[in-house]
Amino acid sequence: MDFLHSSWLIGLAIFVVVFVLAQSMFFLVKAIQRAKVLKFQTSDIKRVMVSTMIFSIAPSVAILLGLLALSKVLGVIIPWIRLSVLGAVTYELPATINVVEGVFGQSIGQRITDPVLFVTVVWVMTLGVLPPMIIIPLFLKRIQGRVKNIRKKDQRWGEIFMNAMFLGMISAFLGYVIAPRTDAVTGESYVSLLAIFTLLTSAGLMAIIGVIITKFNKEWLKNYAVSFSMLGAMALAILYAMLGVR
Amino acid sequence: MKNYQDKVHRWGRIWMGSALVMLLGVPLYISAVLGVFPELTPLLQGWFITAIIFWPVTTIEVFTFSPMLGSAGTYLGFTTGNLTNLKVPSAMQAMDALKVDAGTEEADVISTIAIASSSIITTLILAFGAALMLPLTPLLEAEVLAPAFDNIVPALFGALGVVFISKAWKLAVAPIAVMLVIFLTVPGSSDLVGVMVPVGVIIALVVARILYKANKI
Repeated sequence: MDFLHSSWLIGLAIFVVVFVLAQSMFFLVKAIQRAKVLKFQTSDIKRVMVSTMIFSIAPSVAILLGLLALSKVLGVIIPWIRLSVLGAVTYELPATINVVEGVFGQSIGQRITDPVLFVTVVWVMTLGVLPPMIIIPLFLKRIQGRVKNIRKKDQRWGEIFMNAMFLGMISAFLGYVIAPRTDAVTGESYVSLLAIFTLLTSAGLMAIIGVIITKFNKEWLKNYAVSFSMLGAMALAILYAMLGVR
Repeated sequence: MKNYQDKVHRWGRIWMGSALVMLLGVPLYISAVLGVFPELTPLLQGWFITAIIFWPVTTIEVFTFSPMLGSAGTYLGFTTGNLTNLKVPSAMQAMDALKVDAGTEEADVISTIAIASSSIITTLILAFGAALMLPLTPLLEAEVLAPAFDNIVPALFGALGVVFISKAWKLAVAPIAVMLVIFLTVPGSSDLVGVMVPVGVIIALVVARILYKANKI
């Protein structure tokens, strides 16, 4: 029997998924209750939920592509579990390669059939992501207390501090977009014009939507502006690629 | 009576503690059912070459992202994962749409609603995708769609960049300039984005402090 897709493993995955959904629902309900105490309109809360759900679809499909890639080595169930809890393809794939190629000297291009190799991969994937699970329960209250203190001492600096954090993160990803990549076939290094065009398209669409919101007073559009810009840029990326941009 | 934040930390610790048990329970259960446990040497080798990069990165992520996500958002976001490509942007766009300032209780609550909604959608899409992987594979692997999904990061951060840079462009110039230089000149830097996020944040904070003290912002 293929142990990678056995019924007990599917049962385990369903248990994990139910846990994640339960935790999400728990915090969602508590946050909605608190939002009402803080005088947020129900319509605003609903808009946040709907717009976030729409916004999350495309990145979730991209995560599904990661699941597909990992499934070629580990079957479907373990990547499904790992990408549902504290997972990211950017972590799971290197962890798998480290064990399969780095430790066992086997090729990553084929499905694992050796149970020893399989359990080693699963253990390494798990042990490699433990720090947040330990640090957060121990230190988060203190970290958040310090952030609140910054704001309490000097509200203006508190606002600038948070803006700077967001911009620091965005700057890293803008840099990442122009970073040279390596062609998987030729091994040649190149800067992806397609990535840069997509970035600029998304930024341009966002700016246009911003003008529409301001000029025509379409406040509702603000909730969907990032989603529309992202999806529009992704759609145009297909067109750019068809025109030969890479 | 406990205030909301105290309750959030209590709930968060319980959920995260349970998630930790579950996380460790998965390989333990698999090993027990298969009757196969990893040998110590390959396990330590694999763990070492993985953890030497990911333990520092995930540790720094806690300190970088938790102020952005708020308390409940951090407990939830770090349990469900996919932070940089989904949870943090979800929280950012929701906070911006409702014009709440990060670091306030209002932002904490909105961020939590966004992260929870996002987690639910991702979990359902993954479950749906896992169940239908076979029929979905040709669609997911369609060559025509590849440029779209290969470029989801630029599509996401182009739009978010406009939102946040337009709010405080003076803060953005230095970290963007430094990051562009680093990513263009350091070989293999495209694999280092996880490390570069805290670097970008530190540069942005230092420049922000200098400009603030000099009354330039």
